[in-house]
Amino acid sequence: MIETLEMGLGMLPEVILIVLKILLIVIPIMLSVAYLTLAERKVIGYIQVRIGPNRVGPRGLLQPIADGLKLFLKEIIVPTNANRFLFVIAPILALAPALAAWAVVPFGEGLVVADIDASILYILALTSMSVYGIIISGWASNSKYAFLGALRSAAQVVSYEIAMGFALVGVLLAAGSLNLGEVVRAQDGSFLHWFWLPLLPLFIVYFLSGVAETNRAPFDVAEGESEIVAGFHVEYSGMAFALFFLAEYANMILVAILAALMFCGGWLSPFQGIPLLEPLFSWVPGLVWVLAKTSFFLFLFLWFRATFPRYRYDQIMRLGWKVFIPITIVWLLVVGAAVLANLSPWFD
Amino acid sequence: MSIEAIIFYVFAAILVASAGAVVTVRNPVHAVLFLVLAFFTSAALWILLEAEFLAITLVLVYVGAVMVLFLFVVMMLDINLVPLREGFMRFLPVGIVVALIMFIEMVMVVGAKNFGVDHYGEGIKHAADYSNTKELGNVLYTVYVYPFEIAAAILLVAIIAAIALTMRRRPNTKSQDPAKQVLVKRGDRLRILKMAAERKDTAGE
Repeated sequence: MIETLEMGLGMLPEVILIVLKILLIVIPIMLSVAYLTLAERKVIGYIQVRIGPNRVGPRGLLQPIADGLKLFLKEIIVPTNANRFLFVIAPILALAPALAAWAVVPFGEGLVVADIDASILYILALTSMSVYGIIISGWASNSKYAFLGALRSAAQVVSYEIAMGFALVGVLLAAGSLNLGEVVRAQDGSFLHWFWLPLLPLFIVYFLSGVAETNRAPFDVAEGESEIVAGFHVEYSGMAFALFFLAEYANMILVAILAALMFCGGWLSPFQGIPLLEPLFSWVPGLVWVLAKTSFFLFLFLWFRATFPRYRYDQIMRLGWKVFIPITIVWLLVVGAAVLANLSPWFD
Repeated sequence: MSIEAIIFYVFAAILVASAGAVVTVRNPVHAVLFLVLAFFTSAALWILLEAEFLAITLVLVYVGAVMVLFLFVVMMLDINLVPLREGFMRFLPVGIVVALIMFIEMVMVVGAKNFGVDHYGEGIKHAADYSNTKELGNVLYTVYVYPFEIAAAILLVAIIAAIALTMRRRPNTKSQDPAKQVLVKRGDRLRILKMAAERKDTAGE
C-alpha cells in the first residue's frame, strides 16, 4: 500500500503537467467557440447585407461575453415529466467527447498531448459518441419536438459516419499510418503533395460528412427551427442549453482542423517548394499555418449556412447512402492501386 | 498492488455493476444505457491489455453505431411493463435452475483450467513505439486471411438476409423517389411559348 502511495506521489509532477497541457488546449477552444459564434453572426450578417452585432463593446467584440453571462445567469428549467437524471447528464455527454477528441490533435511538429498510434480511429470513435447527448436529451425531455429531432439526428449521424469512416480509410492508405502526425509528415513536399489532390473525392466527402455529422446547415434537421421548433434542445435553457452549443462549435472546429491536418498539409507551409516564397515565409511557425487553414474551413461552415437552404430529410439519407458511400468505395480502390503502383509524387 | 491493478479493479467493478444493472433495471432505456457503459468499460480494460485497436473499434462499432440503433428502437417502443412482470414468482425456480446450469457450464469452459496464465505465459510489456494496429493488420491479412474473408462474406449474407426478410413492398403506398426528383430538368416541367403580341383593342369598340 505504501509502495503504491509512493508511486502515486512519484507520478504527481507528470499528472500536473498533463493537467496544464489539457488546460492549454481547452481554454483556447472555449475562447474560439465564443468568438466563432460572433464570427458566424458577423459573416452571415455581411453576406445578407446587414452589419450584425455591433452594440456590446467596440464593434460588438464583447457580444460573446455578454451572451455567455446571460446564459450563465438564466434558470435551468426541468420539464415536469422529464427524466431528471438523463436530462441533466445529456449536455455533459454531448460536450465531453467533443473535448476529449482534442487530446490527439497535433498543432505542430510534436505539439500534441497524447501522441497515440491510432489517433484517427480514436477521434472517429469519440465523435461517434457525441450523438448520445442528442438522443438522450431528446428522449429525456419528454417532448414530441425534442424526440423527433433526436430520432432524425441518430439516423443521420450513424449514416454519415460510414462515409466519413471510408474517407478516413483513404487517408490511412495514402499515409500508411493512423497517427495524425505521421499523416501530416507524409504530405511533406509542396502544396501539390498534400492529400487534397490525390484524395479529392474523399476530401469533399469527408468535409460534407463533417458538416452533416455536426448537424450544421444545410443538414441541420436535428434542430430544424421551421419544422420542429429547435429539435432536441427545445426544452433546455440557461447553461444546459449553452453546453449543447459549446459541443456543436467545438465539433465544428475539430472537423475543420482535421480537414486541415489530413488533406491540407497541417502545419506545413503552403509555399514549400516554391523558389522565392519559401525562404520569405520560412519564419512563420507551423501553428499559424494550422490555424489559418482551420479558419478557412470554419469560414466554409458559415458560408454554407448563409447560402444553402435546408436539405429535405429523405434527400439527406439518399446523399449519404447512395452518393457518398459509393464514391468513397470506388476511390478507395483507386488509392489502393495508386499506392501499389508507387504513383509519383505522392506515394513514392 | 500496482497502479495497473488498481485501475483494473476499478474498471472491472464498474463493468460487473453495469452489466448487472442491464438485466435488473426496470426502464428499458436505462438498461440500454447501462449496456453502453458496460461496452465502454470493457474497452478501457482492453486498453490496459495494450489492445488499443480492438478497444477503439469496440467503442466505434458497438457504442457509436450498434447501441445508437438499439436505443433508437427501444425509445420508440411503447412497452407496457405490467404484463411482462406477471408470473415472475411462478417462473423464478425454472429461471434459477437455467441460470445455474449456464453458470456452471461457463465456469467449466472459461475457467482457469483452459484460459489460465500458465497456458499463455506471462504477458509481454511492449515499448512505447509498439503498434498494436500494425501487428494485428499483418496477422489478419496474412495468416488469417481466409477466415477473415469468410467471416466478411458471412456477415454480408446476414445483412442481405435481414433486409430481404424485413423489407415489404406494400402495394398502393405513395412515395417520392428522390433519385428521379434530382434528375428533373427545366425542359420536363416548363414550356416557353413564343407568340405574337396581341392587340387589346379589337372587340367591343
